[in-house]
Amino acid sequence: MKLTLQNIALPLRDFVLELDVVLERGATAIFGPSGAGKTSLLDLIAGWREPASARITWNETLWEDAGAGVRLAPRARGIGYVAQDLALFPHLSVRENLCYGRKAGAPELFSYEHVTRVLEIEPLAERGIAQLSGGERQRVALARALLSSPQLLLLDEPLGSLDAALKGRILPYLARVREEFKVPMIYVTHDAAEARALCEEVLEMERGRVTRRVEIKDWRI
Amino acid sequence: MSGEEWRIVWFTAWVSLLAVACILPLGLPLAWALARREWPGKTLVETLVTMPLALPPVVTGLLLLKLLGRRGVIGRFFYEQLHIPLVFTWRAVLAALMVMSFPLLVRAARSAFENVNPRFEQMARTLGAGELRIFFTITAPLAWRGILGGMLLAFARSLGEFGATIMVAGNIPGVTATISLSIYEAVELGHDETMWRLLAVSAALAFGAVFASEWLMRRPAKGK
Repeated sequence: MKLTLQNIALPLRDFVLELDVVLERGATAIFGPSGAGKTSLLDLIAGWREPASARITWNETLWEDAGAGVRLAPRARGIGYVAQDLALFPHLSVRENLCYGRKAGAPELFSYEHVTRVLEIEPLAERGIAQLSGGERQRVALARALLSSPQLLLLDEPLGSLDAALKGRILPYLARVREEFKVPMIYVTHDAAEARALCEEVLEMERGRVTRRVEIKDWRI
Repeated sequence: MSGEEWRIVWFTAWVSLLAVACILPLGLPLAWALARREWPGKTLVETLVTMPLALPPVVTGLLLLKLLGRRGVIGRFFYEQLHIPLVFTWRAVLAALMVMSFPLLVRAARSAFENVNPRFEQMARTLGAGELRIFFTITAPLAWRGILGGMLLAFARSLGEFGATIMVAGNIPGVTATISLSIYEAVELGHDETMWRLLAVSAALAFGAVFASEWLMRRPAKGK
């Protein structure tokens, strides 16, 4: 993968998100305190927010060039986004949520059976979203993202809302997703242990800027 | 109730239902556009849509009479091209009810759409859905309570419409006589029993529609 974020400027409430980076690793952690602009960065990559200036390319494809007025629609970016609030559709069953992003006729990267087996959510298929526990919701959101056959996964504190015990149980699923499906991922977190467990490199962010960028093995906080 | 009174009640009920059905195809997309998009002239359109709530119904009726009459822009087209007269027929009743109930539907549906968390729509886009699919699978199902509540309010408003209807359709027994028009006439002629019976039916219908509407709109939609 090669995600190029050039000349980014996205005004937020208290500061401007400004960066210039090329991400090429299979799993990159974006690490920093809350309010550092991490979620805004993911939203920008997903095409949910309009920057003041930006040039974003994915491999050879131009996603965004604010100066030239180029904007690839979010639906065409092939992104699997597990947002912090998950945004599971509350009126649909687990199965309908999982299948929402599957494209009729298009070749699938991963099968429904494979994904639900790896994440151990097969028995939940007919349930409503309201009947799921916190950990189950996280896994369903992750599975839904994977089933849309993404070329890039954006994970926004996927364990943030879980207690320590549950985190310990869900983390291995994320590691399994990395091993099994090998979709490049950008992983936003403020928990160093998660970043170490899953990612190859880390970008530390503060007030909208990248303050440090290191390989995970060399990372000392 | 007499056969004639039943006919009046039936006529009022079905023409009111038809009016609600006729305003849906325009009202829902408009409500959605008001809730989810910014466009030039939006405030002007909002104002025009809401005008019938603020104008005296008689004035709205008079404007309709001018538009739908044989020399009016719309009326002439219907009369000369399609040979369909509008004013002082049931079609004029329908037109009056549509215009008078339109603002209620649009306002209710608009706030129902606004209450749907836009995150769901964004997520659906990222999952690859087009706007039409998002509307029918995400926005509308999450807003249905508010939309149905608005339809009931529009229906209730239609049942009770008087001022605009009498201007554009008159009160022609067996042709354009609605419950409200007939109550007025019964009072004028001193037909007390007819008046009381129609009054009771009218109150019962209005109570049912408004009660159901309140019940639907008060309960929060899932996923706020």
